[in-house]
Amino acid sequence: MSAVLDVRGVVKSFGENVVLRGVDLSVDEHQVVALIGGSGSGKSTLLRCASLLETVDDGQVLLDGEDVTDPRVDADAVRRRLGVVFQTYNLFPHMTVLDNVVLAPTRVHGRSRSDARDEALALLERIGLADKAGEYPDRLSGGQQQRVAIVRALAVHPRGLLLDEITSALDPELVGEVLRVVREGAAQGMTIVMATHEMGFAKQVADTVCFLDQGVVLESGPPEQVLGDPVEARTRQFLSRIIDAGRL
Amino acid sequence: MALRRRRRAGPQLTASLTGGAPGLPAPSQLELDRRAFRTRRSRRSTGVALLSTLVFAVVAYLVVTRSPGWPRVQTTFFSLSAARDAFPDILRGLWLNVQVLVIGGLLVLVLGLGIAVLRTLRGPAFAPLRLLATGYVDLFRGMPLIITLYLVGFGLPALRLQGVPNSPFVLGTLAIVLTYSAYVAEVFRAGIESVHPSQRAAARSLGLTHRQTTRIVVLPQAVRNVTPALLNDFVALQKDVGLISVLGAVDAVRAAQIQVGQTFNFTPYVVAGLLFVLLAVPSARIADGVAARARRRQQTGSVL
Ligand SMILES: Nc1ncnc2c1ncn2[C@@H]1O[C@H](COP(=O)(O)OP(=O)(O)OP(=O)(O)O)[C@@H](O)[C@H]1O
Ligand SMILES: [Mg+2]
Repeated sequence: MSAVLDVRGVVKSFGENVVLRGVDLSVDEHQVVALIGGSGSGKSTLLRCASLLETVDDGQVLLDGEDVTDPRVDADAVRRRLGVVFQTYNLFPHMTVLDNVVLAPTRVHGRSRSDARDEALALLERIGLADKAGEYPDRLSGGQQQRVAIVRALAVHPRGLLLDEITSALDPELVGEVLRVVREGAAQGMTIVMATHEMGFAKQVADTVCFLDQGVVLESGPPEQVLGDPVEARTRQFLSRIIDAGRL
Repeated sequence: MALRRRRRAGPQLTASLTGGAPGLPAPSQLELDRRAFRTRRSRRSTGVALLSTLVFAVVAYLVVTRSPGWPRVQTTFFSLSAARDAFPDILRGLWLNVQVLVIGGLLVLVLGLGIAVLRTLRGPAFAPLRLLATGYVDLFRGMPLIITLYLVGFGLPALRLQGVPNSPFVLGTLAIVLTYSAYVAEVFRAGIESVHPSQRAAARSLGLTHRQTTRIVVLPQAVRNVTPALLNDFVALQKDVGLISVLGAVDAVRAAQIQVGQTFNFTPYVVAGLLFVLLAVPSARIADGVAARARRRQQTGSVL
């Protein structure tokens, strides 16, 4: 198995605040990795580094074996190979749902409009939003918007999908429909890294769970082990707090 | 499964010399190479930019100095001795411009903000005020500044009302404030309207009154949004203060004009023009800096 995404010793600080102090993480093809950790532990920062939205202070990020942290690399070309979904949906409000989805395939990847349109409609069909294709985002519910955002990221056939707490801005009832889309993507062999606070979901979908703490991946392994029987005291502590909050 | 857990080996140095945060090991060779490459690349592009600027300057210089009329132009517009003679008077005049700029600029801000708030008032009770404000903006934004200057500068004193000053300095400042406050009011209004309605809703739901919401929540965000535009207007104001010379105030432009009238050499105009440029450069750079900072602020934040 070859790693799609390989993070090696990544260091990132903001001023005096060292957020990542040498994170190692490797994600194989068709694998789903869940990043868990307290608020401010650097999950978003790690995903931003992986998608080159931040410049790392040290270490490497390899995408399909290519060092994308090399300043010689064209960052736009790298981002084209990754799909990213943000916590806030960030759909473009002045475009219809369909235009949001076909934008990158046509403008960035040079596909024909009719071709991209057919695929977009098929994708929207799959998430049950085909009838909203002509609608503007502000007339969709949060869950619907987030599903469209996932489809928008999928429409460019990315090598990997980075999801940053995509359900944390949503109603509990809407969480299910969004997670269903992710689960489908995982079942079809998408490579996914997701930061999440949904431990139950991580348990169901992830192949690997990584616990990020004090700037390093403190513990990682299959969900049953990390979430069920953690080795590290700090992981246990984190999980017990989550259980207290009724989220596992 | 290729997941590893590995702490980075090596001595835990405190803050490295290359500007790392405390508690981190020194940067790896790889990172040092990357930094070196970035430095080299930025040096190279600076070099290219400098070189192309230089080439352009040399070509422009050659074209101008080889033109047939250059010797004449040089003596009438770029005479060093004329510049030296005119400089002290022009500088004294410029001080007047700076005074108009500072006093006028402050008045413009206050008046502009007031008019903008009036224009955003809702409800029938405020209709007359709103109408007045709209009329004011329409009138003074549409009227060419030079005509406002003439009307205020020569029309007001002609009324011979008690207490109306007839100093061209005061009247000129007044005319400039009238015109610019109309512009700036529109900038402020755009800023107020750019604040998302949900912000107002959030503030009102906390129990803040309309007035408190405007003052504490909406206006600060509005001002922040329009600061770059305001600074741009400030740069425009900096050169328009030179127009008070048409009323006879002895500012930098007028001082240059007097010199030109005596010597029939146009160099004093060039000197005055360059002084205005020098005055504008710092504000233009500040405007750039503020705009860049606003951009950075919008980009950061921990939401991915
Ligand atoms: N652009 C930035 N400038 C300065 N500090 C930042 C920036 N982005 C993140 N940080 C800091 O980095 C740390 C990690 O933030 P990050 O958003 O990665 O946490 P997180 O694990 O995603 O948390 P959460 O679960 O709440 O989303 C925080 O202390 C945060 O203040
Ligand atoms: Mg986050």
